[in-house]
Amino acid sequence: MTVVERPRALADQIRPEPSFGKRVGHYVRRHPGGVLGSMLVLLIVLVAIFANQIAGQDPTALNPAERLAGPSAAHRFGTDNFGRDLFSRTVHGTRISLGVGFGVSLAALLGGIIFGLLAGYYRRLDAPLMRLMDAVMAFPGIILAIGIVAATGQSIANVILALGVVYIPRVARLVRSVVLSVREQAFIEAARAIGVRDWRLLGRHILPSSWSPIIVQGTFVFAEGVLGEATLSFLGVGPPPIYPSWGTILSEARPFIREAPWMMILPGIALTVTVLSLNLMGDGLRDLLDPRLRRRA
Amino acid sequence: MTRYIIRRLLLAIPVMLLVAVTTFLLLHMTPGDPVSVLLGPDATVEQIDQMREALGLNDPVHVQLLNWFRNLAHGDLGESIFLDKPVTEAIAERAQPTLLLTFLASLVAICVGLPFGVISAVRRGSTIDIGAMLVAMVGISMPTFWLGLNLIFIFGVKLRWLPVQGYQPLSEGLWTSLRYLIMPALTLGAAQGALLARMTRSMMLEVLHEDYVRTARAKGVSERRVILRHALRNAFIPLVTVIGLTFAVLISGAVVTEQVFGIPGAGQLLIRAVNRRDFPLIQGIVLIVALLYVIINLIVDLIYVFLDPRIHYS
Repeated sequence: MTVVERPRALADQIRPEPSFGKRVGHYVRRHPGGVLGSMLVLLIVLVAIFANQIAGQDPTALNPAERLAGPSAAHRFGTDNFGRDLFSRTVHGTRISLGVGFGVSLAALLGGIIFGLLAGYYRRLDAPLMRLMDAVMAFPGIILAIGIVAATGQSIANVILALGVVYIPRVARLVRSVVLSVREQAFIEAARAIGVRDWRLLGRHILPSSWSPIIVQGTFVFAEGVLGEATLSFLGVGPPPIYPSWGTILSEARPFIREAPWMMILPGIALTVTVLSLNLMGDGLRDLLDPRLRRRA
Repeated sequence: MTRYIIRRLLLAIPVMLLVAVTTFLLLHMTPGDPVSVLLGPDATVEQIDQMREALGLNDPVHVQLLNWFRNLAHGDLGESIFLDKPVTEAIAERAQPTLLLTFLASLVAICVGLPFGVISAVRRGSTIDIGAMLVAMVGISMPTFWLGLNLIFIFGVKLRWLPVQGYQPLSEGLWTSLRYLIMPALTLGAAQGALLARMTRSMMLEVLHEDYVRTARAKGVSERRVILRHALRNAFIPLVTVIGLTFAVLISGAVVTEQVFGIPGAGQLLIRAVNRRDFPLIQGIVLIVALLYVIINLIVDLIYVFLDPRIHYS
């Protein structure tokens, strides 16, 4: 997974960088995990888009006659305690997981970029902003999210907000570190010398040079957001229980673990595979976009 | 050294105060009110007002905050609104399973993560390395509570080796308590172990390329000694930091794990306190978690001294 830097012959060093296409081809062979992860993510996105066609049945249709029924021809993965089809619920759960995960990574990136740019660029804001980020980071994440959801009410938007706040500090620290290294470079000084305004300097000159690590971090936050939503739902403080979230299905499965163990199989696998794919994709992107960042920031 | 420890503990006081004030203000600024939860939807306006007055919730926020600090100076964290007992007592009753669980989970994480990380780095590219890193990747991605549910199904429901849920205090005997905590500790420790294995591997890979490792090999030190004494010891410093920092993660995880295994611990207490907006109880738990966090960071800094003789505190 990591690239060892060996001393190269001089001829190798002056050879121009291989083309992007060549690098991708080389990469597919060297990082099968990243490729597999990206393909799985694509597949999961397709499942979310075509959930209605794939599921075939209504995920919320109650059917007391077939409650807690094991896998059968009509219900390939069995039914839950209300007789709802578990396959259909899991397929529809993809939308919630991906939607919330994407929202969380967007919120965390937006907040993190703003805080990171301010802290990295304005020396006077650096210490107070970063101590604030430290305080948020030190606080157990799920507890903070529970607190925010409890205060603002259970809705999808509030879950996204709560988890977004939890992951802002990571992005902010990353952006800040990139800004600190870019800030002193000659082209920034040149831009400032010709009178470019601060906000334009930050947005047009400093931010573009930090996109690679930000995208990589965004993928990991996406994965954490999916996990976080499932955890909140499992604890009963996620999106309202009418949504077939994977975490909600699993929390409903907990009391029936003796009678209906099949309830926990499919949503659990879906959750693990989704998070795993996103993590693999993140690892792969990191190696592709930024070979220097070998460890997770 | 003693002086350093005392200074660090004194420096922690402003941090704790900041945590306390922030929590206090956050709790009082956000909507939601313990009294309406306590009295239910049928309560009259007079009843609610009377209750608020009795609990001191009608005072301005700064007065409430000052009162809380005055009590804190006497070691009093106040009374829980719902449990009819002092916050300190409520927390003390619930602390044992949580502390034991967190400790056992860290033990699991270290015992699994360190050896596999080192072996993977030393035998880089081998079957063990690839296998261990695949398992670690799955371990990081698998939600804690789903792993817990699977363990319950296998060891509790199918094999009937371990109790499915609940907890017995240590006074019932060490083994009795441990039986209840084996599955939760594995559940909570797994993800941390996986993370630690990955970290250890990449730290070791970095260190194994250092000049002093080559020197040690060149002067004929046995490979085993090179790895354990020369490489691992140097990789340890960042790793100890990581282990210390995972404390916050473990506390989050403990909340979830206690819910999965029905353990009456501090995590359960906190979730209930948040849902009912039991202000003094939330305040108390947050303050104690922050205190533990400060202490663990201090211990991490002190461990550095033993790992690296160049580090001095005075």
